[in-house]
Amino acid sequence: MAGQQGEKLVEMDDICISFGGVHAVDHVSVDLHAGEVVGLLGHNGAGKSTLIKILSGAYKADSGEIRIKGAPVKIENPRDARRHKIETIYQTLALADNLDAASNLFLGRELVTPLGLVDDDAMEAETRRIMAQLNPNFRKFNAPVSALSGGQRQSVAIARAVYFDAQILIMDEPTAALGPHETQMVSELIQRLKAQGIGIFLISHDIHDVMKLCDRASVMKNGKLVGTVDVADVTDDDLLGMIILGKPPKAG
Amino acid sequence: MAHSEIDSAAPAPRRSLLQTLEIDLRLLGMIGAFILVCLVFNVLTDGRFLTPRNIFNLTIQTVSVAIMATGMVFIIVTRHIDLSVGALLATCSAVMAMTQTEILPYLLGLGLGHPLTPWIAIAVGVICGALIGAFHGWLIGYLTIPAFIVTLGGLLVWRNAAWYITSGKTIGPLDDTFQKFGGINGTLGASASWVVGLLALAGALFGLWAARRNKIRHDFPVKPIWAEVVLAGVIGAAILGFVAVLNAYEVPARRLQRLFEMRGEVMPEGFTQSYGLPISVLVLIAIAIVMTLIARRTRFGRYVFATGGNPDAAELSGINTRWLTVKIFALMGVLCAISAVVASARLTNHSNDIGTLDELRVIAAAVIGGTALAGGMGTIHGAILGALIMQSLQSGMAMVGVDAPLQNIVVGAVLVLAVLIDIIYRRRTGAA
Repeated sequence: MAGQQGEKLVEMDDICISFGGVHAVDHVSVDLHAGEVVGLLGHNGAGKSTLIKILSGAYKADSGEIRIKGAPVKIENPRDARRHKIETIYQTLALADNLDAASNLFLGRELVTPLGLVDDDAMEAETRRIMAQLNPNFRKFNAPVSALSGGQRQSVAIARAVYFDAQILIMDEPTAALGPHETQMVSELIQRLKAQGIGIFLISHDIHDVMKLCDRASVMKNGKLVGTVDVADVTDDDLLGMIILGKPPKAG
Repeated sequence: MAHSEIDSAAPAPRRSLLQTLEIDLRLLGMIGAFILVCLVFNVLTDGRFLTPRNIFNLTIQTVSVAIMATGMVFIIVTRHIDLSVGALLATCSAVMAMTQTEILPYLLGLGLGHPLTPWIAIAVGVICGALIGAFHGWLIGYLTIPAFIVTLGGLLVWRNAAWYITSGKTIGPLDDTFQKFGGINGTLGASASWVVGLLALAGALFGLWAARRNKIRHDFPVKPIWAEVVLAGVIGAAILGFVAVLNAYEVPARRLQRLFEMRGEVMPEGFTQSYGLPISVLVLIAIAIVMTLIARRTRFGRYVFATGGNPDAAELSGINTRWLTVKIFALMGVLCAISAVVASARLTNHSNDIGTLDELRVIAAAVIGGTALAGGMGTIHGAILGALIMQSLQSGMAMVGVDAPLQNIVVGAVLVLAVLIDIIYRRRTGAA
């Protein structure tokens, strides 16, 4: 397939999870290669966010197997996911609003001094450095992130995901709350990360985003996988048909 | 990113004096309120409120509640509550009292007044507090029972556990060394107080200097040097002024005379002796410094505030919020035990009603000190100041001769009013 550019990074195989009898994810298998962007499409409630939260450790699958570079792994919590270099940008951004940008960027992985104390100055310096590349207009380093605009908050969440040498990046609706200028910035970032050999799962319900940014797309409906296609082989209408009707595209 | 943000990159408007000094406006408001309370009572009592003697008493009366309030900050910041601190204090106090008056001297045969007695008793009390606190934390964090329910149950359980342990009797007198943690029975005297004051001053100046040097090293903006000097001057005056006031409180001549007579000596003419800094106040200051350090400079503290700001985000960032809850409540238990040392030592015995209603005073102190019940916000020094304001109101009204029921009515109203002012202040400044 055209999208497969590198080694197999992630395989999620036959994943199931249900909440109180509802099969939120029902025998779904997806995979991701290095340097590839795979779009996950579907209506609200199709199960795409739930599927991906299993990979990021927020939920634990009832059954199925996750393999990273071919080796089966157990991901029981977000710490396990981070250990496997899986980083997630959540739709809700998952920022602690009362803390500043640096504290959020390093949350759970603080830089410490030789005495084991949190080294705020070093973290702020690193944050200034990475923000200068990511979003040069970012200035509010000492304000709690609740005082930032939607775009600024987004860039904090993105910075947190890319700072720690992620190999697998999960982006849950990364452009949902952004204006056109910021959306453009995210697109460029995705291209740049892709070129570095990072594999990206992009959750979206915007077909145009997916057509533009992704190599392959997996479509879900009612917790089941409708199918996975090479974006180059399909039209917008084909994808729409998969999303709305749950109809796999014509063979060939 | 967005066009509107380019504007904010323009040079900042001219900064006000307070911004230049980088002083927290809310802290300033609380200090202002405290000074106002002191001045009003001083006028109403014809100058009896601001005497060295009363300031000394006020300080040692505040310590017990203030120690627990520092722990309550962490608990409220993580959106929990602890209604059991007064009862926990009583249990720890009962355990320590029994350890030093029954178990060690008689059961273990160390006898009365053994030099190790107070230290073993304190260690036993602290372990007891930590275990009970950790147990509360486990029920809340792992079994997900709401903290309100766990500690409401704990209030009944530990209040009566204390009763059961002592059979409701007053246990005392406590060990002589142990009593030194209570206040008037353990003070440093004039010279040692000055030494401590100067050390504190040196520490504060070093802290200011180190912070500035660190900022310069990372090329961060620093405040102008005159602002640093003003700040250092205010801090220095406060530290040395406090020591001077406590040193001005002298041991009554008749008490000194008795001391000399007990030793079979004659008191020299014109002999005086100052109380100086009470050991209990030193304990509070040490706890305040350690707790502030924990809040601001440790991962644990960072996780406490992150969890309070957004529990889901904390969990998704890989923070083990359940274990964090256990640690927070265990810390609260340790602080209750230390408070129990101070409270029972001040009374020179363990009484059955020790710490009654302290849970409400402690929560009120934290809340008046700016800890937000919605979570994520609060400071250690604020909570201590809150405890001081509450105690000043209470003893001020007692000195003026306000009836006991009216005192409590006023304190209750002040609590509600303080939170209202805080809400209005936050809405005006746009802080969450």
